[in-house]
Amino acid sequence: MSQSNPTVEPVEPALFKQETPWRQFVRTFLEDRVAVTGLMMLLLIIITAILAPWITPQNPYDLGTVDLMDSRIPPGEQTMEGYTAWLGTDGVGRDLYSAILYGLRISLMVGVVSGLIAASFGMCVGLIAAYAGGKVEAVIMRIVDLQLSLPTILVALILVAALGKGVDKIIFALVVVQWAYYARTVRGTALVERNKEYVEAAQSLGLSKTRVIFRHILPNCLAPVIVVLTVQTAHAISLEATLSFLGVGLPQTEPSLGVLIANGFQYMMSGRYWISVFPGLALLFTIVSINLVGDRIRDVLNPRLEK
Amino acid sequence: MLSFFIRRFAQAALVIAVMVVLVFFGVNVVGDPIWMLISPEMDQEAIEKTAAALGLDKPIIEQFFHFVKGLFQGDLGRSFVHGEPAIQLILSRMGATMELAVVALLMAIVFGLPLGMYAGLYPDRRSSRMIMSGSILGFSLPTFWVGLMLIMLFAVMLGWLPASGRGETVSIFGFETSLLTLNGWQHIALPAFNLALLKISLMIRLARAGTREAMLMDYVKFARAKGLKESTIIRVHVLKNIMIPIVTVLGLEFGSLVAFSVVTETIFSWPGMGKLLLEAIQRLDRPVIVAYVMVVVVLFVVINLIVDLLYSVLDPRVRITGAKA
Repeated sequence: MSQSNPTVEPVEPALFKQETPWRQFVRTFLEDRVAVTGLMMLLLIIITAILAPWITPQNPYDLGTVDLMDSRIPPGEQTMEGYTAWLGTDGVGRDLYSAILYGLRISLMVGVVSGLIAASFGMCVGLIAAYAGGKVEAVIMRIVDLQLSLPTILVALILVAALGKGVDKIIFALVVVQWAYYARTVRGTALVERNKEYVEAAQSLGLSKTRVIFRHILPNCLAPVIVVLTVQTAHAISLEATLSFLGVGLPQTEPSLGVLIANGFQYMMSGRYWISVFPGLALLFTIVSINLVGDRIRDVLNPRLEK
Repeated sequence: MLSFFIRRFAQAALVIAVMVVLVFFGVNVVGDPIWMLISPEMDQEAIEKTAAALGLDKPIIEQFFHFVKGLFQGDLGRSFVHGEPAIQLILSRMGATMELAVVALLMAIVFGLPLGMYAGLYPDRRSSRMIMSGSILGFSLPTFWVGLMLIMLFAVMLGWLPASGRGETVSIFGFETSLLTLNGWQHIALPAFNLALLKISLMIRLARAGTREAMLMDYVKFARAKGLKESTIIRVHVLKNIMIPIVTVLGLEFGSLVAFSVVTETIFSWPGMGKLLLEAIQRLDRPVIVAYVMVVVVLFVVINLIVDLLYSVLDPRVRITGAKA
């Protein structure tokens, strides 16, 4: 990347000053304009989602502020409650702008929480497989292969069919379909790392197995895990929206973006496009921005692409 | 060779057996479908009668053995809702799903391969960059959202294509197909494209990477040195070499097309087995859920098996390392 614009690069200080890996990562990341745009978009989405209660005219959960008289108002018109519904209202009179921001909160939360749980679990399993080797490794990797060979949507569908609706259940289903990716990634990296000198050194010092695994090998396996985490979070958000859209994900009382889109589907044929389109755009921007950031992180962290 | 085949078959059988146990207990342990099937005014006796008729009053282990026994006789139980044998119900809808998946797969090749090869041949062109950005978008867009947008654009706003159903079908050799009528093609266009979008993006990536790699190979340099036309080199030398990995991946992706058709079929009201599965899930129609999963798992295992066996025939290295492990 830096080869393309050698004039901009401050050559002398970079040669002498020792740059920390983190700073180097940030600098290389920011060189790509598309990725920076993605990052800005993502930050904006996260901030608006967090600030939702303070920057929306209506709390879509509070039935007192939702008026059925306001249902299906086109974008930009005044509601009975007195505020302007810039994105229109849905079938039961919820302001879509408010509903989207509250929905974003749920979608992001489900995606991030399931990603983190799956990452922790998958990392442990992958590390155990790599460190134990032999039969344990063979059995674990067989399970991982089996899990990865089945399509995620199908496994998730069957799980929610068996478990029922609810945030906790959907998170569980998302963890089940995701953990194997982390396990495989961590095992691959850990297999390389465990043969390096620093691990041997730690072992010769008489450190306990757990200490070697978690304090020495694990930190060196984190780079690929972060890449998988970004990609999988986007995937999890999309999958949750799909399940909710199909009516087997989150219930109406917890309207994520997928639920909002599903609610608007029935009105679309009659030309009331906004009820489905705007939550869909919010979902789209979220997923695309995460993917842009994830793509760039992968490029930056991939040692093979270094100059 | 033979020992490799036998071991591979044994593995496939084991996977199916594990899935039978997992799916049966997974689906049957939770929720009580009896509450979905009875009307509120039924008394206790009638409820028990219904449960007994469906075999729901027996202990779960007994139900399982009954299920396994039926499995070997090709009987996966009766649908609670439709009253027909579940397997028959699934197979009757399978044709529509297969048709959709095959057309989607063809679309992936027809659109994805040329675009990907173009992007691989001229990686620095602006149009190539646009193709690649488009493929990122194709990966990012949730299938159901694209489906909605397709309906809105082509069915509601422009009115060019129908948004639901399968259209006129023609029966040949006992199979219903909508690929022989113009009306049928109009109906399949939107759902198949919706289903294909993800695979088109995948195809673009694969074809681009393969082409870029192949263009640097000695055989391409040699062909150039021989004075062959660039178009001949691309058609014969490059295309043939990139097709091997692409065909493999597409073979494996066929299973995922069938799985993702659940979403597409629901949006476009395509009368396939995916739509049937979703209806079964919503009504807790256990035999249909279990039968669907079994059919798809068998389909997956068979595809994987065929790909593996073909590989071992084409590439002896796979056999030898497989024998050592």
